[in-house]
Amino acid sequence: MISIEAYKGRIPAWCPGCGNYSILRAFKETLIELDIAPHEFTIVSGIGQAGKFPHYLRCNTFNGLHGRTLPVATGIRLANHRMPVIAVAGDGDCYGEGGNHLMHAIRRNIGVKLFVHDNQIYGLTKGQASPTSMEGVITKNQPFGVLSGQLNPIALAVALDCSFVARGFAGDIVHLKKLMREAINHNGFALLDILQPCVTFNKVNTYDWYRQRVYYIGDDYDPEDRISAFEKSLEWGERIPIGIIYLNRRQTFEERIPFLKDSPLINHELFTDRWRDSLKKAFDEFF
Amino acid sequence: MPVTSSKSTIDIIVALDRESIDAHEPELSAQGIIVYDQFMLKETYTGDRFFNIPLLELAEKHGRDKIMANTVAVGAVLGMLGLGTDVFFGIIEDTLRKKGDEVINLNKDAFLAGYEFAVQECLQCAFTVKPQGEPRMLIGVNEAIGLGAIASGCKFYSAYPMTPSTGIMLFIAGKAKEYGIVVEQAEDEIAAINMAIGASYAGVRSMTGTSGGGFALMVEGLSLAAMTETPIVIALAQRPAPATGLPTKTEQGDLLFALYAGHGEFPRVIFAPGSPEQAFYLTNKAFDISQRYQIPVFILTDQYLSDSQWTEGAFDITSFIHRDYRIRGDYLEEIGDYKRHAYTEDGISPFGIPGTSTKLIVTDSDEHDEEGHITEDPETRIMMVDKRLFKKMPLIKKEISPPLFYGDKDPDIVLVGWGSTYGVIKEAVDIISRHNKAAMIHFSEVYPLPSTEKMDYIGILRGAKKTICIENNATSQFSMLIKSETGYEFTHHINRFDGRPFFADLLARRIDDIH
Repeated sequence: MISIEAYKGRIPAWCPGCGNYSILRAFKETLIELDIAPHEFTIVSGIGQAGKFPHYLRCNTFNGLHGRTLPVATGIRLANHRMPVIAVAGDGDCYGEGGNHLMHAIRRNIGVKLFVHDNQIYGLTKGQASPTSMEGVITKNQPFGVLSGQLNPIALAVALDCSFVARGFAGDIVHLKKLMREAINHNGFALLDILQPCVTFNKVNTYDWYRQRVYYIGDDYDPEDRISAFEKSLEWGERIPIGIIYLNRRQTFEERIPFLKDSPLINHELFTDRWRDSLKKAFDEFF
Repeated sequence: MPVTSSKSTIDIIVALDRESIDAHEPELSAQGIIVYDQFMLKETYTGDRFFNIPLLELAEKHGRDKIMANTVAVGAVLGMLGLGTDVFFGIIEDTLRKKGDEVINLNKDAFLAGYEFAVQECLQCAFTVKPQGEPRMLIGVNEAIGLGAIASGCKFYSAYPMTPSTGIMLFIAGKAKEYGIVVEQAEDEIAAINMAIGASYAGVRSMTGTSGGGFALMVEGLSLAAMTETPIVIALAQRPAPATGLPTKTEQGDLLFALYAGHGEFPRVIFAPGSPEQAFYLTNKAFDISQRYQIPVFILTDQYLSDSQWTEGAFDITSFIHRDYRIRGDYLEEIGDYKRHAYTEDGISPFGIPGTSTKLIVTDSDEHDEEGHITEDPETRIMMVDKRLFKKMPLIKKEISPPLFYGDKDPDIVLVGWGSTYGVIKEAVDIISRHNKAAMIHFSEVYPLPSTEKMDYIGILRGAKKTICIENNATSQFSMLIKSETGYEFTHHINRFDGRPFFADLLARRIDDIH
């Protein structure tokens, strides 16, 4: 059993009351429950308040560029597909700057777990609208209110036939832990969108606002039914569903590459004498 | 005599329509011949420059189809050159194997009909091609880079298709199964370079390739590789002009772009091979240096290099370096207090690989401390720049080989070039050496510039009367690099930036025109 102390990282620079604290706690407890030690997995993060996440833990870390978490995570996963790879990004990072990468990571069904800290606002740059900000919300940078429609990441992921789509809430750690566990254990790409209040810059989507609206998806719901998943994904406003919304158990990207079957790429030989002969044949093709 | 470049004139034109004659007759060389069929073109041309062959008639008679006229024409050309038929028969058999013996034999008959017609009827054919010695490879630069990457242990190649770099990805993809290489066509160049960086961080040799506009998208990732000290090899195949430019033409216009790309200050290496052979060996050196110093290394080519083919002797991998700089498993475990970006004597921190021991591999695109955690501490910042840049750069400079010298040992005229102009400048030296003491200095390792210890190229330049920097660009970028690094200014420049490569004869004439 690994103790929670083993994951203790640096002291967070997040605002007091930030939803990130509960996400961090839920994540550490999930790792303990799954018995994954700090050195056994890698977190890739981008830029934003969520991007600092791995520094407040102890784990292998690649804190890359804004929007580019998924390509880096994809490369890591392909180099070592036996190692859990978790991408941590904010709504701006993942749905704005990195939107294209999200679309294609879902298509690939690469075994990366994407945890989006979705606070519907830009926290690090102090309060501009994000792709998930609600239409009409007034910010310092959107004086007429947000003019663009609100991005619905859940519906987007269902539309792209994402193999695991879930929504959690930072105000419900027990439920969030369950979703994190399911996402990490899922075989393939997983999108876990985590609703998270920004206590400093988002005065609309507060803890209370979310608490009044979120509800657990019932046991009678079948996440493998894509049509009902679509319906569920469109719910927003007075009632917001949290839980696993869509599951599609399709083959992963890694599973389709034949030579990764026996061992991960990092364990393949850098060069083997056997290649001297095969390279000679490759040269012969040019004679 | 083997050629290493193109010239401006054409020796044999096979004209299948009248437009070909109108367009290309002015380019015909003094002994040149235009092959045509008076019935196909419905026109008769007179004079020794024209050689009328009944291509259609021979095709129908021996190949049972007009479509065989091409094969007849190939036969005619080989007959005119006095070359043997074995090689072409082999090509017919290989290419048409799936179509069966009948098609193969018809093609052979059509070929022979053209061949024999030319041998008997082409009285003006004065060409003699010397018999070939040892068999040689017919190979392009993209294939040579692909082979070099495979033989260097490249395990991951991610790119977005872009002319003229795509050939590298295609070649490696064709060998992916055999050598266990993950080749991923990314959604864009941003993803391509970030994937390669991720794979490299996780412990496999990674590469990407692109051209100007695609590289513009990769620039952010280049900085990331530099900041996180993640090794990466980038093949950059140049094509002309800003934006989309002239996508299928050639230029050496991105040297300074590759040199200055990326925000912030960091070390890099740029190689610019001048032939498939150089590309093959430099690709191995690119991987070794990028792994050893944990830096980005460029292989700079261009459309002319990428889309041409050369005859080359056999490549030899015995000189290839396969040093493994990664630290994994027990070796990593033994390092007491492992820090991914530890300060060291030579600036190179141990290259630990995540998930292979209990040690944590932490890195950050933010400025970071030795452990890899984000910091804005001024002392740490200075120490990190010292480690990443000032300590590594002098060591990297020592790895760079001197330029290649060719020609008169005490030259009056020195022609200087880099990358793809290697062959054409070499031939220009041969041409102008009939009346001058001339030499070439060619750089295939362009940044950092080689030190002058092993070869005092600046001394040679200062001793010559005329020094001409020859570049396939408008602004003499390499001469700017030489000036900024050494203070040396060339006496003359020759530039070509119409999207076409230099031709040896025209280049020699431009050199003669300089007084």
